[in-house]
Amino acid sequence: MTAVNTAGWRPEMGPAQHPDHEDAPRPTNSGDRALMLEEALIFELGRFGSTGVDIDDAEFEPMGALAGFLRKAAPALPGLTEPETVRHYTRLSRQNYAIDLGPFPLGSCTMKHNPRLNEKVARMAGFADIHPLQPVQTVQGGLKVINELAHWLITLTGMHGVAMTPKAGAHGELCGVLCIKAAITARGEDRTVMLVPESAHGTNPATAAFAGFAIENIPATAEGRVDLEALKARLGPDVAGVMITNPNTCGLFERDMKAISDAVHAAGGYVYCDGANFNAIVGKVRPGDLGVDAMHINLHKTFSTPHGGGGPGSGPVVLSKALCPYGPIPFTELFEDGHLTLVDEETGGARQPHSFGRMAAFHGQMGMFTRALTYMLSHGADGLRQVAEDAVLNANYVLRSLDGELDAPFGASGPCMHEALFSDDNLPEGFSTLDIAKGLIDEGFHPMTVYFPLVVHGAMLIEPTETESKAGLDRFISSLRSLARRAKAGDTSLKSAPHFAPRRRLDETQAARKPVLAWRGDSAA
Amino acid sequence: MPLYYTQDHEWIDVDGDTGTVGITDYAQGQLGDITFVELPEAGSTLKKGDAPCVVDSVKAASDVYAPVSGTVTEANAALEGEPELVNTDPEQGGWLFRLTLSDTSELDGLMDRVAYDEFVAGL
Repeated sequence: MTAVNTAGWRPEMGPAQHPDHEDAPRPTNSGDRALMLEEALIFELGRFGSTGVDIDDAEFEPMGALAGFLRKAAPALPGLTEPETVRHYTRLSRQNYAIDLGPFPLGSCTMKHNPRLNEKVARMAGFADIHPLQPVQTVQGGLKVINELAHWLITLTGMHGVAMTPKAGAHGELCGVLCIKAAITARGEDRTVMLVPESAHGTNPATAAFAGFAIENIPATAEGRVDLEALKARLGPDVAGVMITNPNTCGLFERDMKAISDAVHAAGGYVYCDGANFNAIVGKVRPGDLGVDAMHINLHKTFSTPHGGGGPGSGPVVLSKALCPYGPIPFTELFEDGHLTLVDEETGGARQPHSFGRMAAFHGQMGMFTRALTYMLSHGADGLRQVAEDAVLNANYVLRSLDGELDAPFGASGPCMHEALFSDDNLPEGFSTLDIAKGLIDEGFHPMTVYFPLVVHGAMLIEPTETESKAGLDRFISSLRSLARRAKAGDTSLKSAPHFAPRRRLDETQAARKPVLAWRGDSAA
Repeated sequence: MPLYYTQDHEWIDVDGDTGTVGITDYAQGQLGDITFVELPEAGSTLKKGDAPCVVDSVKAASDVYAPVSGTVTEANAALEGEPELVNTDPEQGGWLFRLTLSDTSELDGLMDRVAYDEFVAGL
């Protein structure tokens, strides 16, 4: 193990470590602990009358239809000066955890490093300062980025076309499912059922239900994959299609994918693949070769654009030849002379007559397109393949390093893909997955995904991504191993972790049952 | 009044053609602290296997399936303010809804307490 601060010295240690010692540290007058700053709510900090903005004392004459709504009393907004405001949010930001601080092993979320080169390119004036309503001849560079990225997404997935406008994963799912619906309607058929395996992402059934389909579950096999025979048995003239996550949420590749697609197609249905886990197979597998009809790609996962508070998602959807005619507008079109145009309602009537419509007002997440294309071009084909290989290698290293410490329910199903799944089976009575997750906070790591997927009891889903070095993984594994051993030794202090975070363990039950979501003045304190 | 159990951990207490449905003590233990219960409307008709009810806990949201077919006559209004009743008293005060059975022969496929306890022991 590679440890930092091997001497183990901490500022609060020393002879005065014991609270009864005469030199024991006293609580500070301010409540802050050196550089660990406490912070009040902005409402508690602010005063009426303070402001960071100079506004003239002007008399406003209420007029028109809104005059009756004139406030009688001042709104209860906190007044802060500019430095107070800046310090408030900076202090809060220091209590945050981010991918720029350490590993973020949140399974299913792919919290990988966001290369700074992406940021540099996205900030170039020609990309950052353009507007979606500019005449197309003035934004040819921007359109070329969209077109180029579209080309590589189609190439990497082996598909026929791509809808670039969806704004995130679930939005992309909806786009794909609406394409399926439009294709079925165009055939004059009425297929109302969408099949969703247990091992699929939780958003899949929600998307299909939102699009008006009835959802039916397909069970997983004991090894954590789709039960092909159960799926075949359910296919019929009422089934619109199937939504499969591959690699799935058990961290396994669906080996029967081609057989599933063939069976669904033979029964007249379409195959939606949730591509959220494409980072595990990019450069290795082309979903088009597996018979997929639609798949969204999370640029904010596979292609490293920031997310989780750091930026918006982006979920382009690649489409098969069968579904392309129904895809949304607008999209870019490249002419032989090299100029690009945008196919939309005005220009595209004859070009895309069966389109189901729009997913977004404009072209999609332009800022994410420049970042994703930068990532692709800076990695190249060999680099992208290595991304998938390293992500899978790292996950298997975590999986096997914890053999005998935590129970891996599908450990016998062979190597995992990009995420390692554990259950709470090996934890002794009285200790839960939640205790391990909270213990990880004390250890200085963001916890893994817990209690998902539901097919595993007390699930812990760990996705290290290709970002982590072996040394970084060893530190994480060492912490996890020590937590599992503390639980087995009956160390009850683990049950009240975290002990070193700005706040101790919160009462999640009360927070859900009786949430306090708005400041109610002093009475709420 | 005879009590029946399903493999999905619902119980149904039957008196004539009226049934009271809830989830078992084992189920509430697996779900953890219940934070919200979405109840069916009185008058809605259910087929055996429909999911008229959703139980949210700190860990997950889970469907509750109708053990038999019938028409809902009443939902447990107390759960709106006190969802924790499902944790503290799952097989009595934490009942979810009542229904009029449309086909009492559907009860034949359900387990009794002894069979259910054996089923749970095997999980």
